[in-house]
Amino acid sequence: MRNEFIKRLEALTEKDPRLLFITGDLGFGVIENLAKRFPKQYLNVGVAEQNMIGVATGLALEGRIAVAYSIGNFPTLRCLEQIRNDAAYHGANVKVVCVGGGFSYGSLGFSHHATEDLSILRALPGLTVVAPGDLWEAGEATEAVIRAQGTCYLRLDKSSAGWTNRPGEKFELGRARLLREGNDATIIAAGGILAVALSGAEKLAAQGIQCRVLSMHTIKPLDTEAILGACRETGGIVTLEEHVVEGGLGGAVAETCLEEENRPKFFHRMGLRGGFATIVGNQDYLREKHSMDEKSLVAKVADLVARGRERRPQSLATSR
Amino acid sequence: MDTETLAKKIRRHAVRMTSLGGSSHIASVLSMTDILAVLYGHVLRLDPKNPKWEDRDRFILSKGHSGAGVYAALAERGFFPVSQLDTHCQNGSRLSGHVSHKDVPGVELSTGSLGHGLSVAAGMALAGKLAGKTHRVFTVLSDGECDEGSNWEAILFAPHHKLDNLVAVIDYNKIQSLTSISDTLELEPFVDKWRSFGWSVLELDGHDHKKMVEVFSKLPFAKDKPSCVIAHTTKGKGVSFMENSVLWHYRTAKGAEFDDAMKELDKA
Repeated sequence: MRNEFIKRLEALTEKDPRLLFITGDLGFGVIENLAKRFPKQYLNVGVAEQNMIGVATGLALEGRIAVAYSIGNFPTLRCLEQIRNDAAYHGANVKVVCVGGGFSYGSLGFSHHATEDLSILRALPGLTVVAPGDLWEAGEATEAVIRAQGTCYLRLDKSSAGWTNRPGEKFELGRARLLREGNDATIIAAGGILAVALSGAEKLAAQGIQCRVLSMHTIKPLDTEAILGACRETGGIVTLEEHVVEGGLGGAVAETCLEEENRPKFFHRMGLRGGFATIVGNQDYLREKHSMDEKSLVAKVADLVARGRERRPQSLATSR
Repeated sequence: MDTETLAKKIRRHAVRMTSLGGSSHIASVLSMTDILAVLYGHVLRLDPKNPKWEDRDRFILSKGHSGAGVYAALAERGFFPVSQLDTHCQNGSRLSGHVSHKDVPGVELSTGSLGHGLSVAAGMALAGKLAGKTHRVFTVLSDGECDEGSNWEAILFAPHHKLDNLVAVIDYNKIQSLTSISDTLELEPFVDKWRSFGWSVLELDGHDHKKMVEVFSKLPFAKDKPSCVIAHTTKGKGVSFMENSVLWHYRTAKGAEFDDAMKELDKA
């Protein structure tokens, strides 16, 4: 995803003199070409994320589009108040980019696990929050957030679902992508873990369970229409994110369903539960360890679908 | 209007505004009133009829808790009616205790949490440099605010990028929220700190208008270096019982205290 981001950013930088890429001293092996080609649109502010967002806001208020880049929690939690007070309150064109969503840097330890960013950033008024699921989405989302007005957060993952786009497909912020049709359950995923949703759906189909798969690349604004469609038309919803279950994608979907009085017949948030990940490992290992791998997903969905088929809950039946 | 008259008006407005609004920080406003008066009355290139004039000097109040002073200066300069000042801190008002830009012509940046203004000012100054503009970016920080680490990130950044269009003014009254600077977190040797980070620094009396006019006329103090003015001030300046008193960081002048303060300011 990082490469797709940089590739698209370079193409846009060439065309738009307003664009200015700012790094908090990270991006070794990736950003050199951009720095060399566009030295006047490149700025390394050093290891100083608070200043990075403040400077980015100052530039944006003067008409520039500032892309503030770092890894993990550094461009978000470290400088959260700068994002809130400086960028978001002023509606500044600051595009915060995190490379290393979720367990992308799993082996580096808890400091590098970006597993609360979606819920925290989603709470900030006016922010657009995007977590692409595949390589095509990563490139398209890069362009979309740069073109969007205001402060945006783009969370890029080491993993991805590869290339899931169809010929001529158009990407739209706030519009979920339907990647697989099915009525027994809907799996809604955000981020590179979309790959698990798709492979899991494949395995479930082999068991006779047909899942709808939605790539909910934009956490805010949320595609409520797609969620309510899933409630109405499919057996239930399972959300999947490499993130704590509190307040991120799962929380956003749950809020939508309850407020619209359109409850799914079953609902489960699959993500990080039970605190920080203290044992390290690669992304796949940590997903397995924290029950958000393909096997866990298949087992959970199969169980929920089976239970749903056995009984139709009274409370839900009467609410319709 | 000369800067001394403007300062007098700002002081009177600020005492009345904080009293009506029941808000705090009057001593912090009075501390920097003369700086504000010199900037808004003489130094800043502004057009009240066109607050977003592209070539205007930018002013950011980083010590956002002194917003009442900025609102008063802007109203006196004609950015919005003076009558609006009396809504300060009251229900439904846009004039919040900490300075806000929303629907307030002339305010560049909303602040309130300390340690934000200098970075944003540096970003604006950098944008000006990159665009080949000649306007300046001014920001006023409090001394206590210099405890914030984010400032030191910006203090490193600005000289590295040769932002000689950036001016940081420190309202150095030596008292912070609970007690003195030296009892809380010593800033001295303060001038040396800024200088060693690459700034061109001048010290002055932050209540001496003539001196301030002279010093600000020399901007930038050195080519390719951001300028820092360490302004020695008296917290609560202009109201004897508020001067150098920690109490008036938070206390609001009501009743007899309000009357006494206004009487003193009238006589000045």
